[in-house]
Amino acid sequence: MSMVQPDRLESGGTIDRGRPLTVNFDGRPYPGYAGDTLASLLLANGVRLVGRSFKYHRPRGVLGAGAEEPNALVELGVGARREPNTRATLVEAVDGLVARSQNRFPSLRHDLLAVNGLAHRFLVAGFYYKTFMWPASFWESVYERQIRRAAGLGRAAAAPDPDRYEHVHAHADVVIAGAGAAGLQAALAAAAGGARVLLLEADRCPGGRLAWERASVNGRPAAHWVADTVSRLEGMDNVRILRRTTLTSVYDHGVTSALEQVAGDPAGSDPALPRQRLWIIRGRRLIVASGALERPLVFDDNDRPGVMLAAAVRSYVNRYAVAPGRSFLVATTGDDAYRTAFDLQDAGRTVVAVADARPHAGAMAEAARERGIRVVNDALPARALGRLQLRGVRLQNGNGAPLEELACDCLAVSGGFSPDLTLSTQMGERPVWSETLGCFLPPPTTDQPVEVVGAAAGVLELQAAFSGAVDAGARAAAAVGYPVPADMPPATAGSSAPSDAPALPVRCPGRGKAFVDFQNDVTADDVRLANQEGFASVEHLKRYTTLGMGTDQGKTSGVNGLLLLAREQGRPPEQVGTTRFRPPAVPVAVGAYAGHRTGRAFAPIRRTAMDGWHRRSGASFIEAGHWLRPSCYPRGDEDIAGATWREALAVRTGVGICDVSTLGKIDVMGPDAAEFLTRLYINGFRKLAVGRVRYGAMLRPDGHLLDDGTTSRFAEDHFVTTTTTANAARVLAHMEYHAQVAWPDLDVAVCSATEQWATMAVAGPRSRETLQLAFPDADLSDEALPFMGFLELDGGGFPLRVFRISFSGELAYEVSVPWGHGEPIWCRIMAAGAPFDITPYGTEALSVLRIEKGHPAGPELDGRTTAADIGLGEMFAKQKTGFVGRLLATRPGLADPHRPRLVGLRPVDPAGRLRGGAHLVADAKGCGIEDSQGWLSSVCHSPQVESWIALGFLADGARRTGEVLHAVFPLRGETVAVEVCSPCFVDPEGSRLRG
Amino acid sequence: MHRIDCPWCGLRDEAEFQYQGDASVAPPPLEGDIDEAMAAVYLRENPRGWHQEWWHHVAGCRQYVRVLRHTGSHEVAATGWPDSRLEPPA
Repeated sequence: MSMVQPDRLESGGTIDRGRPLTVNFDGRPYPGYAGDTLASLLLANGVRLVGRSFKYHRPRGVLGAGAEEPNALVELGVGARREPNTRATLVEAVDGLVARSQNRFPSLRHDLLAVNGLAHRFLVAGFYYKTFMWPASFWESVYERQIRRAAGLGRAAAAPDPDRYEHVHAHADVVIAGAGAAGLQAALAAAAGGARVLLLEADRCPGGRLAWERASVNGRPAAHWVADTVSRLEGMDNVRILRRTTLTSVYDHGVTSALEQVAGDPAGSDPALPRQRLWIIRGRRLIVASGALERPLVFDDNDRPGVMLAAAVRSYVNRYAVAPGRSFLVATTGDDAYRTAFDLQDAGRTVVAVADARPHAGAMAEAARERGIRVVNDALPARALGRLQLRGVRLQNGNGAPLEELACDCLAVSGGFSPDLTLSTQMGERPVWSETLGCFLPPPTTDQPVEVVGAAAGVLELQAAFSGAVDAGARAAAAVGYPVPADMPPATAGSSAPSDAPALPVRCPGRGKAFVDFQNDVTADDVRLANQEGFASVEHLKRYTTLGMGTDQGKTSGVNGLLLLAREQGRPPEQVGTTRFRPPAVPVAVGAYAGHRTGRAFAPIRRTAMDGWHRRSGASFIEAGHWLRPSCYPRGDEDIAGATWREALAVRTGVGICDVSTLGKIDVMGPDAAEFLTRLYINGFRKLAVGRVRYGAMLRPDGHLLDDGTTSRFAEDHFVTTTTTANAARVLAHMEYHAQVAWPDLDVAVCSATEQWATMAVAGPRSRETLQLAFPDADLSDEALPFMGFLELDGGGFPLRVFRISFSGELAYEVSVPWGHGEPIWCRIMAAGAPFDITPYGTEALSVLRIEKGHPAGPELDGRTTAADIGLGEMFAKQKTGFVGRLLATRPGLADPHRPRLVGLRPVDPAGRLRGGAHLVADAKGCGIEDSQGWLSSVCHSPQVESWIALGFLADGARRTGEVLHAVFPLRGETVAVEVCSPCFVDPEGSRLRG
Repeated sequence: MHRIDCPWCGLRDEAEFQYQGDASVAPPPLEGDIDEAMAAVYLRENPRGWHQEWWHHVAGCRQYVRVLRHTGSHEVAATGWPDSRLEPPA
C-alpha cells in the first residue's frame, strides 16, 4: 500500500500497523490499519467532511469518538445489506468495507440543498407546523414529498435483510454494564465471593479510557492494569466478559437486554455467524458503569468540520495514533481538556492556546504554562471560521467582548462531563441536578437492585471511582447471598492534580447559528423561540424542536438544551428537569429484536393429519389463523370459482368429504360438567342424553356472542365441545377462567383436544352409503344413529367417533379419529365413496354450503352481534337458569327488537353481483353512511339458487321479508337492487339432514 | 419484562402469561341485579399502586395466577392461587 495517511502519527496507539487494510468511502479507497474505526481511519487520511446535516445540509465532520457521535453518520454496505445512520465512530474498519456519506445531493462537497441554510429564518423550530399549512390538499402531494427529500438521514435498504440475528438468554447474579475503570473494579469485587458476574463492554477492548489514557494505576501504565484485570477475570469460572456488547435496555424484575455486534464486518463475510446477537439477561443485581459524556460548547458555527470534543481528540491521538489536524486550539470550561493539549503537544502537534472559560488560572493552567502552552482565561469561542474545514476561531470574553482571532484547523472543546443516564434512568426515576458538579446525577437507587458507579455516577476522579466500585461490587454480591472477602483494596490511581470547579457551559454570546443538537439541527435560537412560544416544559421543548430525538438520543445535546432552557426561564436546572430515557439506549436493528423469528419461524404453519393427502391431490391452500386449510381442489384448468361450484354441487347431489380437524375441540370432564356447560351456554346441557349432540352458543360476560359449536355427551361426566377454528384458544381460556376462578366449587376440568383428533365431514345424500361401505360392521341406520346423535366405534384398535351433524344442511356426518389415523381413515372413506364419485371439498365450498343454509360464521359472529341478532332469540329466552352474559344481554341496546337482524338477500336481477361489506340503503342516489340500514356480511355464488346470494344484517330485518333495497358498494361504484328473504336458501324444512 | 412466580410452575417469564385484568372484582352474577353485572364487567379502579391481577399461564400450566403488582413500579409483591389472599406490603 503506497498511499500515505497524512494525519497518522508515526508511533503509538493500539492499532495493528502490521495489518494494513483499505476501506471505500464515497467511492474512494482509503488506507488504514486493523484496530481503526471508520472515523479514525478517515481522520488519519485527512478527511474532515463526512456528512451533511439533517435540515440545513451544513457540512459536518466527526465530533466524538463513540456512541455519542451525532454527525458522522454513514451508510454501510450495498444492496440489501445497506444500513443507514451507522456511526462511523463505532464501525470497526475491515478490509473492503464500503461506506457512503448521507443526506447530500449531488455530492458531499457540492450540496445543492445547502440553500436551506440561507433560508434558516424560515426553518426554525416548529416550522413544519407553521408553514405548508395551505392549501391542505398540497400537503401530501407537494409539501411532504419535498420535505422528505430535503430533510432526512440515510436510505434504508429496500430488499429483505439477508443477515441472521440470534437471541441468547443468560442468567447472572451481577450484571455489569461497562468494563471501564469502575466496571472492571466492580467485577473483581463482585466475583471474589463466587457470584456469577456478566460484564458487558460495548467496545471491542475493555478498559474504557484507561485502555488509552496516559495515566498510571498501581504504579504502572493504566493499560497494564486493564490487561491484568481482564485476564484475572477471564480466569475465573464465574465471570464472563462480553465484548462489542452494549447493554441497551433495563426492564423490570432484573431483566436487561444487550446487543452484541458479532461480525465486525457488515459485509457478512462469514455466513456461519449471525450479524448481531440480542442478549436477554435475567440478572439479580445490576451495576451501571457506562461512563460519562463530554458536552460540546454552544457558539456560532460550532458545527464546522474540525470542531471536536476534547476527550475524543485525545482518544484519537492515544488510541488510534491519529492527530485530527496540524494546529490545535483547546476551549474548555474545566480541567480535563488540558490533558488533550498536553498529549497533542507530546505527539508533536502545535497547540495554539487553551481558552479557559474560567476567569482565574488553576493548577492545570500552571502545568500548561510550564510546558510553554499559552492559556487565555475568561475566554470563550465566539465563532468558528471556515466552511468545509475549520480555519480559525474568534475568541471573546464571558461578556461577549471580542478578543483575538486564532488560526487553527482543529478546535477541541469541552463543556464538562455529564454522567451517561441512558441506563440509570430507564426505570422511570428522574435524575438529580448537582450544582457542584454542574451535571445531572442518576436517581438514588437505594430501593432498586441497581448500583451506579464511576463516571456514570458523576465520580470523575479515578481513585474515588475505584473505591466506590469495590464497595458497589461487594454490596451487589452480598445482596444476593455471596460472601465478601474482608480485604479487597481498590486499585491505586496515579497522582493527578486536584480538579478545579468547572464553569457552567451556557450559550457563548453570539447571534449566529449555534447548534445544541447537531444531529437534528436544533440551535440555541430554536430553544429560545420554543420557550417564547410557550413550549416551556422540557417534554414540549423536545417535541417542538426535536431536540434529542435523533438516533443519538441527545447524548451530546440533552443537558446543554436543558441548561439553555433553564437560563431562558431564569430557573435552576433541577426545576426544568430532564426528559426520560427509554430503552434502547442506542439504536437496535429491528432484525435483532426479531432474532430467528422471521418468516415461518415467526408465523409457523399448523398442518392437519391429512395435509399430505391434500398436497398430493393438488389442493389450493388458505391460511386460517396458523392453520393451512385446503380452499378447494381444482381439477385440470379449473379456476377457484369453478372448483368451488363443482365441489358444492357434489355435496348437494352426491357426497363430499372435508377436513374439519381445525375446529377447536375441548374435553369437559367431571361430575359437574353438565352444570358447568349449562352456565356457559345460552342453552342447557343438564338433560342432554349420553350419545346425543346439541348445538350451542355462548356469550361474553357483556352479553354479545362469543362463539358457537356442538357439544356431545360421552358420559354423565364427559362432554366434548367444539369451537370455531378462529376462537378455539379464546373459548378454552374462557372456560378455564370460569372453572378456576368464577366457579371453583364446580368439580370440572377442561382440556384442549384439538390436536388429538383428526376430523372429517362426510356430507351429501350418499354419505350414509359411503360410510356404510367404509365401516361395514357399524349400524348407521337412522334408528341407530339419528340426527344429532353419535356412535363410538372400534376403528381397528383405536376409537372412531361418528357424529351425525350437518353444517351443509345435507345428510352428513363427522368422523373423528386419533390424529395419526386421520389420513388412513380419510383414504378408506375416499375409497368407499368412489362409486358415488366422492368429492373432496375445501373451505370455499364449505362457505357456500353454510351461506346457502343461513348458518352464521366469522363474518356474522364479529363480536358485536347478540343471540337474537342471528336468530337464536328463542333459544336465549328458553333457558330457566342464569348463564354467562344473560343479564347484560337484556340491556335496552342489546335487546332492542329493531337492531340489525340476520337476513338473506338475493339480487332482483339474477345476474347481479353481490359483495361482502356492501351497505343496504332505501335509495342509492346520493346516499351516505347515515342512510345505511344494514350490511352484507357473507356472499357467495350459489349453485342451488343459481345466482349470487348473501347473508346480512338489516334493521328490523325479521319483519322485512320481500322488501327491495339497494346494496351499495362505493369502492367499486356499484349498486345492486336486492330482495330481503329468509337466510335459509336451501331446504328450509330441514328434511334433507334428517333423511 | 416481568417475571412472575407461578405457584404451580415457579418463576417464569411474562411471555408465558396472558394478562387477564383486574382480580379485585368478582365475576358478574349469572342472575339477579343488572347493575351489579354492569359494575363487574365495566367498572375498574385503575389505581396507581398495588393491584390484584389475573395472569393466565397459557404457555405453562394454564392456571389463572393471582398476582399482586404495583402499577407504578411493576414490583410484584406476591402471587397465589385464585382464592389466595394477597396483602400489599406495609
